[in-house]
Amino acid sequence: MSELRLMKGNEALAEAAIRAGADAYFGYPITPQSEVIEYLMTQRPEERTGMVVLQAESEVAAINMVYGAASTGKRTMTSSSSPGISLKLEGISYLAGAELPAVIVNVMRGGPGLGTIQPSQADYFQSVKGGGHGDYRLYVLAPASVQEMADFVSDAFDIAFKYRAPVLILSDGLIGQMMEKVVLKDQTERLADEEIIERYGSWATTGRKGRERNIITSLDLVPERMEARVHKLQEKYKQMEREDLRYEKIQCDDAEYLFVAYGSSSRIAQKAVQLGREKGIKVGLLRPITLFPFPKQQLFDLADQVKGILSVELSSGQMVEDVQLAVEGKVPVKHFGRTGGSIHTPEEILEVLEQKIISNGRN
Amino acid sequence: MDVIDIIKPENQVFSKTCLMTDANLSYCPGCGHGTAHNITMEVIEELGIVEDTIGIAPVGCSVLAYDFMNIDITQAAHGRAPALATAISRTWPNKYVFTYQGDGDLAAIGTAETIHACNRGENIVIIFVNNGIYGMTGGQMAPTTLPGMRTSTSPYGREIETMGSPLKITELIANLPGTYFVTRQSVHTHKHVRKAKKAIKTAFMNTRLKKGLSFVEIVSNCNSGWKMNPNDSNTWMEEHMFPYFPLGDIKVKGELKQKL
Repeated sequence: MSELRLMKGNEALAEAAIRAGADAYFGYPITPQSEVIEYLMTQRPEERTGMVVLQAESEVAAINMVYGAASTGKRTMTSSSSPGISLKLEGISYLAGAELPAVIVNVMRGGPGLGTIQPSQADYFQSVKGGGHGDYRLYVLAPASVQEMADFVSDAFDIAFKYRAPVLILSDGLIGQMMEKVVLKDQTERLADEEIIERYGSWATTGRKGRERNIITSLDLVPERMEARVHKLQEKYKQMEREDLRYEKIQCDDAEYLFVAYGSSSRIAQKAVQLGREKGIKVGLLRPITLFPFPKQQLFDLADQVKGILSVELSSGQMVEDVQLAVEGKVPVKHFGRTGGSIHTPEEILEVLEQKIISNGRN
Repeated sequence: MDVIDIIKPENQVFSKTCLMTDANLSYCPGCGHGTAHNITMEVIEELGIVEDTIGIAPVGCSVLAYDFMNIDITQAAHGRAPALATAISRTWPNKYVFTYQGDGDLAAIGTAETIHACNRGENIVIIFVNNGIYGMTGGQMAPTTLPGMRTSTSPYGREIETMGSPLKITELIANLPGTYFVTRQSVHTHKHVRKAKKAIKTAFMNTRLKKGLSFVEIVSNCNSGWKMNPNDSNTWMEEHMFPYFPLGDIKVKGELKQKL
């Protein structure tokens, strides 16, 4: 039976991980996401489902533990917040290079540096433009509610195993810390070791039994072979764009103006849509649910309909670059962001729309 | 009787382990890595555990260990092999998990992962090949480079005042309650090879018995990095490396054998 609970985003994510049949979680405490490992530890998941939970000595160790367990076909995840994700990026690049399925969660806080423990969305570039070294992409899911914090865990595992690739859940301190109603899914049974060997034995290093040896590595010193590996990765990313793009259109049908916002910003922008409509401004919201793949075509098409677009983020202007690229100059695209842990109000957002987009259009 | 007539199955007294591939070793002639690989694979074959063994290759000269070891291997980021081994051992508690690491990998960049895996007493085997130099990148100073030893990044010799002393990480981790078996061996003579192989076998048996962490250091040569011929490098190793890194068991069945 599914279950209705009032939970913090971080706790809902942790509970969802157990219920998703995850085999292991490795993490290191950092605000504002420490509730993930704290909640897991209180639940004794080893007894509930056999899931392994271990507090690592660092974020670096945690992501490499993920790499180890993932190389054997286990459903494995880690979570952290911005500075900790910076530390994990080497490991994430290796996961992509070695084609390993894993789920990484970033509950963003403000930066750069130690920054602040308050919410931020300033890791957009880090998440969708590489972050780590080399030619790779992350499939990035951006939850905008506690419900999505829970739902996206199993979605992320499904994508990770579909593509044998690391998947990032990009949340922030606001979604992670706030409490909302959440419907929790039923428990998914963890795969037995024999099932893992049967399903993933073609590549996973589970012990050489009845087959040639399996090797997991991201290294290839022969240029032609390494280039072929990179091309194979790019094919995966193209397939993600074709098959697994996710977005939500809110009141876009008759919209003359458009907000683009994801995660916590989209919740606030949605209120701004309502305020705008009360004032007679026909404004809609495009919410990218996946940040890679990005809803490029949808934005390109909407640009034929609207007079201007405001990209709303908790950053100094990161996603706005992708919005501008997608729109190809058809209409003005402006950015409105707050940083350093400050959060925009719906009124502010609407005001900026009126000043930067609507007034400018009239001039 | 011609030689060819003698070569038949019933006369065979020795054969290469089937767990070493036929690929040409990428190691320099005279290097100890090939022997260390070989005895590790012999132990796995003799214990009959290949179906349940997962190796972790490092970054360094032995990054390509998977080309030579005919077993399932995951290759780790530099220094992180004990983290991988921890996760695999935790999620597959009945498997034999071992790391194979060099001195730069284990005792410099991976110091934290090494110490914490040892401290947690993970049920794994760590094989640590210590030749006092970074071989793969071309002979730079390692955490175990001896005082006064010349490398490309200590061209006038390792100066203790500014570069620190060679790190005795094996003694260090032996002092942690989590380690069960800690030993230092070498593979430069037949006698030493036999002893090292016995130590590796003990280590894998400890995994079978879920005794916790077994750590086998192999002090080895790097004739290319040391700029010597193989024989001279072995003599130099005996005269200079062994006094600083003395061979023998350091901790057996969880008990320290030597006062450190």
